[in-house]
Amino acid sequence: MPHDHTDHPHALLPPEPALRVKALETILTRKGLIDPAALDEIIDTYQNKIGPQNGASVVARAWSDPAFKAALLENADPVLADLGFYGRQGEHMVVVENTPNQHNMVVCTLCSCYPWPLLGIPPGWYKSDAYRARAVREPRKVLADFGVTLPEGTAVRVWDSTAEVRYLVLPMRPEGTEAMTEEELAALVSRDSMIGTDLPKVPA
Amino acid sequence: MTECLDHSAPEPVFAEPWHAQIFALTVHLNEAGRFSWAEWVGRFSATLKHHGLARDLDGGNDYFVAWLETLEAILAEEGTAPSKEVERVRQSWEDAFLATPHGQPVRIEAP
Repeated sequence: MPHDHTDHPHALLPPEPALRVKALETILTRKGLIDPAALDEIIDTYQNKIGPQNGASVVARAWSDPAFKAALLENADPVLADLGFYGRQGEHMVVVENTPNQHNMVVCTLCSCYPWPLLGIPPGWYKSDAYRARAVREPRKVLADFGVTLPEGTAVRVWDSTAEVRYLVLPMRPEGTEAMTEEELAALVSRDSMIGTDLPKVPA
Repeated sequence: MTECLDHSAPEPVFAEPWHAQIFALTVHLNEAGRFSWAEWVGRFSATLKHHGLARDLDGGNDYFVAWLETLEAILAEEGTAPSKEVERVRQSWEDAFLATPHGQPVRIEAP
């Protein structure tokens, strides 16, 4: 429980679940089943090294390089592995392309399967019951909550992730970006646009 | 889902340090071959479904509480970390935090 006095006579007691996690770590370390340094490395990787900038660089390259884009849509795994973005859990990556006829949106109705190597750890809303239930049932309303309105003729396709298959949305390249470099293009690509709940920023 | 409208603000990757720790512990055990990711997803999604029956999960702390409960159950079943042992070690940590002067590193004695 948090203390309400300011001078702690003893170390601040972490919340109950944190103590249970510490207990598991202690037991597994004593039995030689885990390496605490490896845990630190995993946390550092996901906190500091992996994030939506990885996915944005892939999208920007696909917008700039038709051969890369064709290969990515055909079979993403080897293309992404070449860039160092491989799934540590052995999952397959599938890239789905937005077109004027079809907008793609990604969900995991089971839990929170997500393309970690490209987008990092999912945001809270992606893991919420509300999104997981509503994305499939009423995707257009969910998109409206995110401020995304699609033309009437654009169909919405929802892709349900699993332990084996994770999806990345390849958004449509905004108009007026013909002269932009890959780096400039990547800055237009938000995390949510690669989940399908946002559109890329349109340059001013 | 009005909070979805506020999705442009930067969010921390993990809201609490222990969220990061239980995540890393699970990924590490998977990479060490203790269970496949498909097995993990099967167990974890069942816990989420069970918790979600009582109330809507917001995907924050409640999500990682379900995560912790799932990993505890797997490790207890395979005998790696029986629940009595977990409770004993958890109590040792709690006692150590309460007995350690503020600012000092908190440690527990080996059994």
